[in-house]
Amino acid sequence: MSTLVDIINAFALLSNFVLVPAISYGSQLALGALGVTLIFGILRFANFAHGDLMAFGTMITILFTWWFQSLNINLGFLPTAILALPFAIILTSMFAIIIEKSVFRFYRLNKSPPVILLIASIGVMFMINAIVRFIIGPNDQRFFDGEKFIIRAGEFKEITGLSEGIAIKSTQVITLIVTLVAVMLLFYFLNRTKTGKAMRAFSDNEDLALLSGVNPDRIVLITWIIAATLATIAGTLYGLDKSFKPFTYFMLLLPIFASAILGGIGSPIGAVVGGYIIAFSEIMLTYAYKKFFIYLLPDSLSPTGLVQLLSTDYKFAISFLILVIVLVLRPSGIFKGKTL
Amino acid sequence: MSYLYGKNMVGGYGGADILNGCSIKVNRGEIAVIVGPNGAGKSTAMKAILGLLKLKEGKIELNGQDITKISPQERVKYGMAFVPQTNNVFNSMTVRENLEMGAHLREDNILNTLNQVFKLFPVLKDKEKQLAGELSGGQRQQVAVGRAMMTNPDFLLLDEPTAGVSPIVMNELFERILEIKNTGVSILIVEQNARQALSIADQGFVLVNGTNKISGTGSELLSNENVRRSFLGG
Ligand SMILES: Nc1ncnc2c1ncn2[C@@H]1O[C@H](COP(=O)(O)OP(=O)(O)OP(=O)(O)O)[C@@H](O)[C@H]1O
Ligand SMILES: [Mg+2]
Repeated sequence: MSTLVDIINAFALLSNFVLVPAISYGSQLALGALGVTLIFGILRFANFAHGDLMAFGTMITILFTWWFQSLNINLGFLPTAILALPFAIILTSMFAIIIEKSVFRFYRLNKSPPVILLIASIGVMFMINAIVRFIIGPNDQRFFDGEKFIIRAGEFKEITGLSEGIAIKSTQVITLIVTLVAVMLLFYFLNRTKTGKAMRAFSDNEDLALLSGVNPDRIVLITWIIAATLATIAGTLYGLDKSFKPFTYFMLLLPIFASAILGGIGSPIGAVVGGYIIAFSEIMLTYAYKKFFIYLLPDSLSPTGLVQLLSTDYKFAISFLILVIVLVLRPSGIFKGKTL
Repeated sequence: MSYLYGKNMVGGYGGADILNGCSIKVNRGEIAVIVGPNGAGKSTAMKAILGLLKLKEGKIELNGQDITKISPQERVKYGMAFVPQTNNVFNSMTVRENLEMGAHLREDNILNTLNQVFKLFPVLKDKEKQLAGELSGGQRQQVAVGRAMMTNPDFLLLDEPTAGVSPIVMNELFERILEIKNTGVSILIVEQNARQALSIADQGFVLVNGTNKISGTGSELLSNENVRRSFLGG
């Protein structure tokens, strides 16, 4: 029989390898999906360049981080990247506005169908991709500095006397806090401010919004600024947590779109919920539960294999699968977004 | 001289012309009503007056000023408010937010107007926090008219405001429209319920195939033999 300590150990194990990582990964996906969903809700196209916009924003954060480091400016136990983030947000927003004015605006004014804008965004994606590789290169960049852990697994074990430790990285806590603040500010903006309400009105019924005197150019501009801000934050948090590699950000497009569509594209709350569901699915389905069951089951029933549903190599397949299932069964997603 | 004059309007949606030289006049502080069979071009005429449709010929004058070339958003600033026939509310927003959107361009205090609208349509006060998409058809029409009223308009354009509304609410809505007129707003209405609409109309226009068939005061049209036979059911 497993004792109470075994059960606690089993759940400590699960927290360490599933719960904590999934919360921070889910937050990063949620921020990414929010950007995609806003662009879709307001500008009415699926922006395939969003992953690379995240890479661009992160690159700017890294460049500023390096510059601050060379000047010996830092935030002590916090990563220098936090200091660099506001500058990266401003530059990335300006970059997004330049792209809007030079590419998307033309198609919008011509009332091109969404699929044309989608294809244009794929072009933009390749372009940003090239710019990023040209400036910072295709390789892995680690730009994390400051205190790495809030609690190390060893410390946790010492304090609690358990044989399983829960490690909490400072990037995971930073991710959660920054996400909470960003999401709260965004929802406050959308639901309480005059401009935010005008954005929702524009997304809901464009003609009627125009007849109410809403200025479409202003709405489009603000949408890009918010999307670029969210992309920069999401990309930087992901890069701090793992590492920065341009190709990884392109790959993130799949779970991000899966999150947005699962939640109901065009629905901000859906994007957040979708982000966490995708993250938990990905990590829970690829985790090897062998040790977990060893704690819980009597020795005679101990698993011999890894008890892993899917190899981690297939984690993107999970997003893809969820995406397909949602599109077949409930294309409007959990929160009834607009059907694609 | 009339407040609004749509003169010999010709135009359509790219294919054959829908409007074939029809003219609409609204006098200041009066109600003008457009009636006619389905597909006659009533809504199209209204869109032309708002600038949502490009005219091939003819012109639109507001207060003696030629506004033919001015964008719909500019016309909103000139005091025109429009309630479209369909999709006339923000479904995902609350009743209150819908009304606030009507006042989007206003910098002054909107509470006065808001209370006026609530007095006009008390049910909106009760449903203030409910999503407009979750209201009944009649309540939605009241939200739509209320949103237009929030712009504090001089000229209100209503495309079938009583569509899908029960007879009781319909009569009430017509009464409300009369009340709005009595505050000095000029109103143009497209209506299927020709009898009621003409009975509150100062001027009436019968539109068929994009041209004026008969025009006159409301009571003239109501007593006109042709109109009675074709549009009022005997
Ligand atoms: N957006 C559009 N694009 C193309 N054709 C249109 C459009 N809207 C209306 N039409 C056509 O213009 C004609 C007149 O339509 P309109 O909506 O003005 O009629 P209406 O008199 O308002 O009819 P109803 O009483 O049914 O509302 C119809 O033949 C319709 O098919
Ligand atoms: Mg019509």
